[in-house]
Amino acid sequence: MEKTINITLKVWRQKGPKEQGRFETYKLNGISGDTSFLEMLDILNEQLVNEGKEPVAFDNDCREGICGMCSLYINGHPHGPDNLITTCQLHMRHFNDGDTISVEPWRSAAFPVIRDLMVDRYAFDKIIQAGGYVSVNTGGVPDANAIPIAKPIADEAMDAASCIGCGACVAACKNGSAMLFVSAKVSQLALLPQGKVEAKERARAMIARMDELGFGNCTNTRACEQECPKGVSISNIARLNREFLKAKFAE
Amino acid sequence: MYWLLNSSIGRKVIMSVSGIFLILFLLFHMSMNLTLLFSAEAYDMICGLLGANWYAIAGTLVLVAGVAVHILYASLLTLQNRRARGSKGYLASSKTDTEWSAKNMYVLGIIIVLGLLLHLWNFWYKMQFAELTGIHTGEHLPHEGAAYVSELFACPCYCVIYLVWLGAIWLHLTHGVWSAFQSVGLSNKTWYPRWKTISYVVSTIIVLGFAAVPIKFLLFNV
Repeated sequence: MEKTINITLKVWRQKGPKEQGRFETYKLNGISGDTSFLEMLDILNEQLVNEGKEPVAFDNDCREGICGMCSLYINGHPHGPDNLITTCQLHMRHFNDGDTISVEPWRSAAFPVIRDLMVDRYAFDKIIQAGGYVSVNTGGVPDANAIPIAKPIADEAMDAASCIGCGACVAACKNGSAMLFVSAKVSQLALLPQGKVEAKERARAMIARMDELGFGNCTNTRACEQECPKGVSISNIARLNREFLKAKFAE
Repeated sequence: MYWLLNSSIGRKVIMSVSGIFLILFLLFHMSMNLTLLFSAEAYDMICGLLGANWYAIAGTLVLVAGVAVHILYASLLTLQNRRARGSKGYLASSKTDTEWSAKNMYVLGIIIVLGLLLHLWNFWYKMQFAELTGIHTGEHLPHEGAAYVSELFACPCYCVIYLVWLGAIWLHLTHGVWSAFQSVGLSNKTWYPRWKTISYVVSTIIVLGFAAVPIKFLLFNV
């Protein structure tokens, strides 16, 4: 049985980075439960365009939970009420008829609002540019078994690498801390031989950049891992702390 | 060592190390209080040893430094974190499933400091302070700790105030213990649940040990 619902949306509208924003209320009728959240916003925008109003600006790209472009703080949850998914994978069947749904941009001093629900997440790119890469010559493709990496370590590295850099961790954190993101990006390399060469320099440079960009200090509330669409664990944050301290004590 | 002050992880290391030091102090203080359960003379003897001797004064100074650093950095980190959060809050309050104590460490800290000030007024001022300065601030001799305890806890309201204070300490420690090890990087997927259990065990041992004295007074009035 297909369910259709009537909903009220409270959407943050802001014309530009320097403009004052405010919430606008919109009513949408007959939304199918099989509609994705972003398709629902598309329907809203079509309605707004037909009424001669400005459509709501929001980030999105692949719409299959891989690219990390979509954001949105929905009813008190980054990426909405469902677990381990991005906003584009959220469906309207998670809401009930007559619900009022609040839709807000990520809030953090390091993520300024560009327009409506879009925020500037360039700060993440700047952290990656500070050291989230391998720049040593790792040679040609080795034989598959030439560099033995234990399965648990390979799994840990892959789990860290599942971070799509969406920024939900920063949006969920009461301190606006980017530690889960940075720890995933440091861990995915620090665990593998290719990344170990520059591990100390990487941890030092990425943390320095993170602090400089105005992200907060981690207080271990675990809100980030609760809301992470990829289930990245705070054990990565412990590893980042360890890597950073190793780098500093080696100085 | 400048990184300890100017990096986010460095500041967390300071919180962690000062926190672990304070936990060790609490364990020591709690063990000392337990003697009150069976012998007032033994307790007074310990109070005498911890009066104006050089090692007691040195210990007190180190402790004051530890407390000061912990409070100072907690305030600094809280201010920085509020700024990092940005001026605009969310309309919908967070529905993220997190522990209350983890999000309210600073609030719990304020309650603990208020309790600490009262505690210093109740005991330290009449004991170590009196012995050091020679000023008579209490009814009894400075080392007669047991008499001061009975005097204070004769009033059930003080027993309740101290128990509430201990409740705040318990909540603060259940987050603080595992968090201290996470902040210095001594955790992973195996150790996280272990530290979490250790947190509950350590905080419960500390708080029950301290609570034994006011509970004894509430129940038996002696």
